[in-house]
Order: sequence, then C-alpha cells, then structure tokens
Amino acid sequence: MILPIIRTAMVSLRRDRAALALSFILPIIFFSIFAVIFGGRHYTVPKITVIVVDEDQSRASQKLVNGLEREGSLVIRTRPESSDKDKDVQPPEYTAVTAEAAVKAGNVPVALIVPHGFGENPVSFGGKQDRPTIQLLNDSSDMVAWQMVAGLLQKVAMTSMPDVMAEQGSKYADQFVGGFTPEQRKRMDAGLAQLRQHENAATGSGDDTTRNGASGGGIIAVQTRAVVGENKKNPMVSFYAAAIGVMFLLFTASGAAGALLDEAESGTLERVLSSRVTMTTLLAGKLAFNTLLAFSQLVLMFIWAWVVFKLDFLDHIPGFVVMGVCTAFAVAAFGMLLASICRTRAQLGALSTLVILIMSSVGGSMFPRFLMPEAMQKAGLLTINAWAIDGFTKVFWRDEPVSHLWPQVSVLLAIGVVLFAIARRIARRWEYA
Amino acid sequence: MVSAPAGPIPSSSLPLQIEALVKGFGQVTAVDGITLELRSGECLGLLGPNGAGKSTLIRSIVGRVIPDAGQVVVFGSPANSAAARAALGWVPQELALYPRLTAKENLESFGRYHGLAGTGLQQAVAWCLDWSSLQDRARELAKNLSGGMRRRLNMAAGIIHRPKLVLMDEPTVGVDPQSRNRIFEMIEKLHGEGAAIIYTTHYMEEAERLCDRIAIVDHGRIIALGTNEELVRNAFASRSQVLARFAGPADGVAAWVGRRGGRLVESTAQFAVEHPTEIAGLLDDASLAGLEVVDVSLRRPNLESVFLHLTGRELRD
Repeated sequence: MILPIIRTAMVSLRRDRAALALSFILPIIFFSIFAVIFGGRHYTVPKITVIVVDEDQSRASQKLVNGLEREGSLVIRTRPESSDKDKDVQPPEYTAVTAEAAVKAGNVPVALIVPHGFGENPVSFGGKQDRPTIQLLNDSSDMVAWQMVAGLLQKVAMTSMPDVMAEQGSKYADQFVGGFTPEQRKRMDAGLAQLRQHENAATGSGDDTTRNGASGGGIIAVQTRAVVGENKKNPMVSFYAAAIGVMFLLFTASGAAGALLDEAESGTLERVLSSRVTMTTLLAGKLAFNTLLAFSQLVLMFIWAWVVFKLDFLDHIPGFVVMGVCTAFAVAAFGMLLASICRTRAQLGALSTLVILIMSSVGGSMFPRFLMPEAMQKAGLLTINAWAIDGFTKVFWRDEPVSHLWPQVSVLLAIGVVLFAIARRIARRWEYA
Repeated sequence: MVSAPAGPIPSSSLPLQIEALVKGFGQVTAVDGITLELRSGECLGLLGPNGAGKSTLIRSIVGRVIPDAGQVVVFGSPANSAAARAALGWVPQELALYPRLTAKENLESFGRYHGLAGTGLQQAVAWCLDWSSLQDRARELAKNLSGGMRRRLNMAAGIIHRPKLVLMDEPTVGVDPQSRNRIFEMIEKLHGEGAAIIYTTHYMEEAERLCDRIAIVDHGRIIALGTNEELVRNAFASRSQVLARFAGPADGVAAWVGRRGGRLVESTAQFAVEHPTEIAGLLDDASLAGLEVVDVSLRRPNLESVFLHLTGRELRD
C-alpha cells in the first residue's frame, strides 16, 4: 500500500508548481548565492577601498603608498572620483578632514593618514618612541576592513621599503651600538644600493601583489581610531534590527496583501467593487493598511532593540520615522504587487518565499553587503532591503541628519509608487469579466 | 462604464431595462441577446438550470461583466454608473462576507462601502439585523454562524443601503428547508415594502412562491416569460400531463411513445391529454403494443413541465 501513497503524493507534487519550485529551485538559488559570497571565487573577492592622505610626501611615505596601491585586495584613493559631468576636472586630494568625513559618511570603511615627519623615522624596532604615527580611521560597523588594512600596512612596510628599513636599522646601530667601522659602513651602503636597485627593478616589472612577505607586527606605528560607532553600546544591533526587520516586513506585507486573494476567491472583492468603492480606492486602502502594519512592526522591533539590546532609539526618532514610513510603504507596495500577480494563496506563498529570500540575501538582510563581491553589492541595490538597511544605518550608526536620507527616501518611495502602479494595472483582471 | 454603446439610454424610470444583451466567454455564449424589463415593485424570477446564463445576466446588471453587445439601464442610468450602483443591491451566490468580522461588523463594513455613516449606518445595521433575524447573533463571527445564518447575513449585506432594485443570485443554495422558509419570508417582506427584485433560481417551487413573473432561461436566452399561470397555459393550454412507466425493452417503449406523440424522459413516458378519460385509450394501445404498464399518474402541468416541454430537458439537468 506504500506505493500507491507515493504515487499519489508524486502526482500531487507534480501538479503543484509552486511547491515544486520551492523544493528544487530555491535551494539551488540559495546555494549559488552563498557559494558566490563565501565560496572562494577569488576573482570576485571584494576589494577594500581605502583613502590614503600622504601629508608627508617623503620618499618613505610615497613608497608606502605605492606599496599599498600594489596590493590587489585594496583600492587606494587619494582623491574623490570625478563626477560624471566633469570627468576632466580632477577634484582636490583628500585631506585628513575630508578623509574622516568620507569614512563617517560611509563612502569608505578605512582611511589612512600618513602624517608630516613620517619619513624621518618611518619604522621602529624598539619600544614606544616619540615619532609621528599613521592614523587609521575606520568605521567599526565593518569589522573586517580595518583589521585587514592594518595587517597589510605592516606587510607593505616590510616589502615596499626594505632600503628605508635597512637605513633605519643602521641608524639604530649607530645610536645604540656605537656605530659601524668605515669598512662596515661601506658594505652597508653598497647593500642598501643593491636593495634600492632590486626594489626599483621589481616595481618596474609590475611584480606587485603576489609577494607574501612576513608581516611583522608593529614595524610601523599605527594609531587606530573608530570615527563612526566608537561610542555605540552595541554596534551591530541597529544593523540587525533593520536587516531582519525588513526581511520579515516583506513576508508580513505579502501575507497581508494575500487577503486580496482570499476576498477575490470568496466573492467579497466583487461585492465590494459593486458598491461605491473602486479598485483604485480599494487597493489604496489596502496599501495604507499594510504600510501601517509594516511600520508598527518596525516600531516594535526597534523598541525591543532599545529595551533589551540598548539601541540608542530615543535620540534617533525623527530619522527612524522617516526611514520607517518609507520602508513600510515600499514593502507594502511590494506585497500588493505579489498578491496581484498570483492567482492563489499557494502561489503567493511560494513566490513570496522565493523572491523575499533572494532579495534578503542579496540585499544584506542575512549578512552585511560589504562582505559580498562587488557585483553582488551592486545587485543588492535592486532590492528594498539594501536601501532600507543603508538608511537605517545612516540614522542609527552614522548619526546622520534626516536631510542626508534623501537618496534612500527617494528610492524607497519611487519603488513603492512604481510597484503599486504595476499592481494596480495587473489588478484590472479583477475589475470586470 | 459597462454598457456597450448601443444607442441612447431610455429615459424611463423603470427599475431595469435590458436591451439585446450579449456576453460570451471564449467559445461559450453565456447571454445570447436577452431583452427584459422589470416593473416597479415587481419580483421577477430567472428560472433555469445551472449554466443557463442567469448569473452572467445578473453580473452584467451589477456592472461586474462588460457585455459584448446591448445595454443595461438601471432607473435610467447605465449599469456601473454611480447612480446605478446606489440604486442596486446585489446578493451574490457566494457567501461574500468577511469571516473574521462579526455579523454586525460585516454589515457596518458594507454599509460604509455604500456611503453610509453615523446614525444612518447604525439604523441600517439595526434594520438588517432585524430583517435577517440575527439580532441575537450580531456579535458572532461570521465564520461561526450556521450555514443558514450566513446566507441571511449575506442577503442583509446586499441590501444594507436599502436599494430600490435587489438582485438575488440563488440565495437559498445549500440551506436546509427551515432556513429556506426564513429566507422566503425575508424576501416577501422586502417585496412587500416595494423593492423591485430579480431572483434567480433553479428551484421551480421558489419561483412559483416568490415571483410575480418568471423568465425561463436556457442557453443564454429567455425562452418564455410571464406569470406562472401564463407560462403553463401557453405551454399546455387546458391539457394535463400523464406520466407512465412501462416494463419491456427500452427501444420498443421509446418507439411506441414516439408514435403516440409523447416524450420519454428518464424512462418515464409523458403525454399531454385534454381529458383524463384519454388515459384509458393510451393504456389500451400500450397493451396492444405489448407493453406492460408499471404505474401511471395524472398531474397538472407546472413550471417544471413547462421547462421540459420547451427544452426537452429536466430543469435540474
């Protein structure tokens, strides 16, 4: 009797395309997304963009900057990118102030400031000494980038400035050992000349990123300073409140919009449309309700984060309201669109699961987008999740004023309007037979 | 705007005028050139089997179906116009209610959709609860009501705005005889208060009890229209029906029934006779043909007989 049961179940599954899609397509899509992000496809590993301000402009500092530029995992910027309009006009180089502002604004996760006087005493083999230190300014929401840059900085010091290091070493010998004999000095100078020659040859040949010199810790004095999030009590809570919140908002919105399908199926929709209520009014009413529902969810989520996880909620209420309303609106419109596309609740369940999980993984609800390859980071911008998370991060992480939210607000509102317009168009099928 | 542009709209204030209405779905013509008028305060029955086109006709009147041709005018206004919507009340065949709302909340919702508010809304809700005898179940969730109660609530939701023209699409489907009687009383009360009603059904008894006039619908057409008596008289004049069943080979029975001008429906032979005395002659002839009579009866023709007479099929096919 088991075979007939299997047979019946197989026939039922074959006819339920939604269940089939969920069973087979969704796992493959998810596997692919995770494989791309974490699967070691090196050509897509994300590069860390670092602003470097060379205040010293010495031979040592330039070598250091050149060495950093040759690191394949870093993108070094010394000046902002030219705008599309003025491609020929080169903007001025970053200064310590503008570099810090760029980190604060979230444009880059790390900035390095090489101070005046660095070249006079660039490396140190001893304990704490009175010398200029490189400033590493970071955004602590990205816990990976600054540590990687700090390590690479030491590595580059070893591999890009061997002559400087040797010269510095001889200085220390002079200072602490009592100096070299003339013969020793002569050999030392010859050695240094060879080192420079070798280094120049290596630079000229383009041999750059593959040298794996041992990265000695603390050869270059670096002072790390978090310019964003340094005073946050619980740094990642705001990110996850937004990230997880948006994902579940999407699920709730599509579920709530599914009431439309129930009403269509029961005949209630037709009855309502036979009254004074038009389809546009009906959909607008449902959109407004679903927006309120989604916003209430966000309020609850952030109040919970405030009470339990010490999120600084009360100081960010205006920004939260702006981002919350815009996110709720976009999410509600998304739900309306899904509901209008689908014919049954079962279809809606399958489609919403598929689309929302993909959007959430690519859009940064499951793991931060800065961990993703560049292409996927860009793809994330097609999702509601990414824009919402970016906006909430601006509010709660970067303490940016409400006026700075205009890109996220504009995009989310535009997404909401467009999705609702499409949903309204598709809903014509319910209007008349 | 639902009506097809088929000339100027009549200016009369009849509750309903339908002019040469046609509506097809793919290869199927659901409504095939129906023309119909409803008089003030009249209850008109649309009687026909499932799939005859009754619901499509009703939905065309409501404005939920765009006709391919013809026009529908409600109190002088085209179907689906604001005036028509306000004048119309529709009780759909489905239980079109919000299951998680109480009976009262359902009525309030549909009342608001029809533009009612404040005291007017509360009075309308109270009237509807009284009309449907649901006062004591007003706070019960719709999904928890019995089938008959939900039917009554479904009807009440359709007339919450007290329309002058009420369209009822098989409102007694699936209810027990007791609930059906209660529904009949509700309709009679509504009718008594002057509402014009269109009532679709495939139950002959309902049409006979409730309707002033009856339109028999088949294959999207009105094949007969009149009062109950007119329909029977037109089809049978003063004749009665003889129903007889015979033992013996089916082919032989069918051949004999055909020769005698009768009709064989589901192994029952049907004949129209002017006088009951003609029965004896029929039975003698059957005997001569070698057929053995199992039973025989005489009955006055009714709407079922009329439908059978006109279409050759049972009403509930």
